[in-house]
Amino acid sequence: MSLIIAKNVSKVYRQGETKVTALDSVSFQIAPRSFVSFVGPSGSGKTTLLNLMGILDNPTSGRLEVAGIQPDRLTRVKAAEFRGENLGFIFQDFNLIPVLTVFENVEYPLLMVKRAPQKERKERVLDLLQAVGMTDQRDQYPSQISGGQKQRVAVARALVTRPRLVLADEPTANLDTTTALRVIDLMHQMRDEMGVTFVFSTHDPKVVRAAETTYTLTDGRIDSPLSQKPGGGNLG
Amino acid sequence: MADILRIALRNLMRYRRRTYLTASLIAVGVTFVLLFLSASGSFQNLMIGQITDAMLGHIQVHKRGYMASIDSLPLNLNLEPEEVRQLTRVLSQTEGVSDFSPRLKFPAMLSNFMETTNIRINGVIPRRETAVIPLLPGRVREGNTRLLKGELYVPELLARGMQLKIGDLVAVIATNEDGLVNGKKFRVSAIIESVTGPGGRDGYMHLEDARDILRITDDQISEVAIRVSDFSRLEPVAEQIRHRLAGGAARNGRPVFDVRTWEGLTPFVNISRMIDVMAFFIRLMLIAVVLVSVMNVMIMAVYERIREIGTIAAIGTKPSRIRTLFLCEGFMLGILGTGAGILLTGLATLIINSLQISFNFGRQAGLILTTGLELNQVVLVSLIVIVVSTLAALQPAHKAARMKPVDALGHV
Repeated sequence: MSLIIAKNVSKVYRQGETKVTALDSVSFQIAPRSFVSFVGPSGSGKTTLLNLMGILDNPTSGRLEVAGIQPDRLTRVKAAEFRGENLGFIFQDFNLIPVLTVFENVEYPLLMVKRAPQKERKERVLDLLQAVGMTDQRDQYPSQISGGQKQRVAVARALVTRPRLVLADEPTANLDTTTALRVIDLMHQMRDEMGVTFVFSTHDPKVVRAAETTYTLTDGRIDSPLSQKPGGGNLG
Repeated sequence: MADILRIALRNLMRYRRRTYLTASLIAVGVTFVLLFLSASGSFQNLMIGQITDAMLGHIQVHKRGYMASIDSLPLNLNLEPEEVRQLTRVLSQTEGVSDFSPRLKFPAMLSNFMETTNIRINGVIPRRETAVIPLLPGRVREGNTRLLKGELYVPELLARGMQLKIGDLVAVIATNEDGLVNGKKFRVSAIIESVTGPGGRDGYMHLEDARDILRITDDQISEVAIRVSDFSRLEPVAEQIRHRLAGGAARNGRPVFDVRTWEGLTPFVNISRMIDVMAFFIRLMLIAVVLVSVMNVMIMAVYERIREIGTIAAIGTKPSRIRTLFLCEGFMLGILGTGAGILLTGLATLIINSLQISFNFGRQAGLILTTGLELNQVVLVSLIVIVVSTLAALQPAHKAARMKPVDALGHV
């Protein structure tokens, strides 16, 4: 049973009179607990594909299913609920909330999305901060920690709601090599411990090597899997 | 909700200077409005107190039609003895009536035997009159504060014009209902402070002297002035009197009595209403200040945090929750401004009251401007500011809630 099924998914944007095809009839399947990367140059459609899988946008044509749901059939509110229940996000620029501490940033989805009770919030946040090695920095603000630490906080925030799928858009783009490898290791470890599926876009070879399945995108099309280990599949 | 308010406060504090500036603007607005309302309210109460306690009484009862001809003080519209008895009975039984004073009023000529002028005579029972208008003795500029038979209180205006002094003999000449002219000598026992308006020519004598001049042998009177024990319950008491009187003497199905509170008896009520209108517009200005400043801050907050809005939307925050977050920011801004404004008003009140600022109004001199934090005004203004602040955040909050996460995340 696949967590994500994409069949002939296309996304076309309008820029004035011009139509820009960001994704052109893309098909693939992603199994639960897999570690999948999409690689490709800038403008190849990686972020667009992640946005579609993250129910942040709808495909222009084709069929996309995420955890058994077709995103284009959801209302704005239902889509938000779905994301809160099933998805976690890691962004290239970390996107932490500057006025909240490390603890509060990780707690935020539990508070604003899940409305979990305080005791449960505290337990889950502390567990995750320990897992990502950020317990000592729990009371610091994002401006007081390094880029690698910010991304570890972002990983914790993405996992705190216990999602089925984490989508990471260029998670190592703003990190040095050592830090990038640590973050990749951390994501791998979380996948193994929590059984979460990780899908990320990257053009970082280190990240590509860590993935079990890698899809190459060129001009909105999937060429072929560069490598395929157990847990991934390609209909393309 | 407490958590959202906490986050809202943190968000406001990320632009500390802008938040403090806006909160200060609201605080200054709240302070000015509260001070104005307090000072104008104090002025109104002072004036109403002066008018009711020194001249009118709280309520007056006349025969219907009398007030339409009040300028000529018509004797043919006096209350008849039977009507006076009914009225006395009703007033004695009405809860909330502290005391009442019968008055016989008529126009007369005042002569110092050298020159004459017109005067409006109030024939009263002194003890009853001072129970209803306790400031009457206070209006005595010179002379005896106890009015006896054969004595006359002359208004300051006429005393000055006719060069009258305490102890002088004067004659009061009047025409009665039958057209007969009669006169009587009086000793000037007091010169009383004039009041603004037609009451500036009002003199006082004993009710029995007034009846002697007019050759009235029965108990007819022109009006009854009433004092209520609780001024805040003035209208219910007046309504109770109206109701009870309506059940009694009615001619041809029409009520005989005309019951009016002070508002229906003096033109000052127009000034009082003007002050109310000014207070309304001052409140409107405050609303405009709060609306524009909070809306400006919140619009900027939304534009500056588009990517952040995209992030919280992406992680699953519902649009309604995002809207609430921004509304809470407007709400907290209102709370900050109002709180600071109330503190500032308290401080300004202490300063103003310690300065003992005096002012004159009409013939009233040396009135002291007093201000104070009136709970009902503080609550009303606070509610207005907080509600308007929250409403001002509504449009920006709605905009934030409606943003598509994919567009917001891509915002540079």
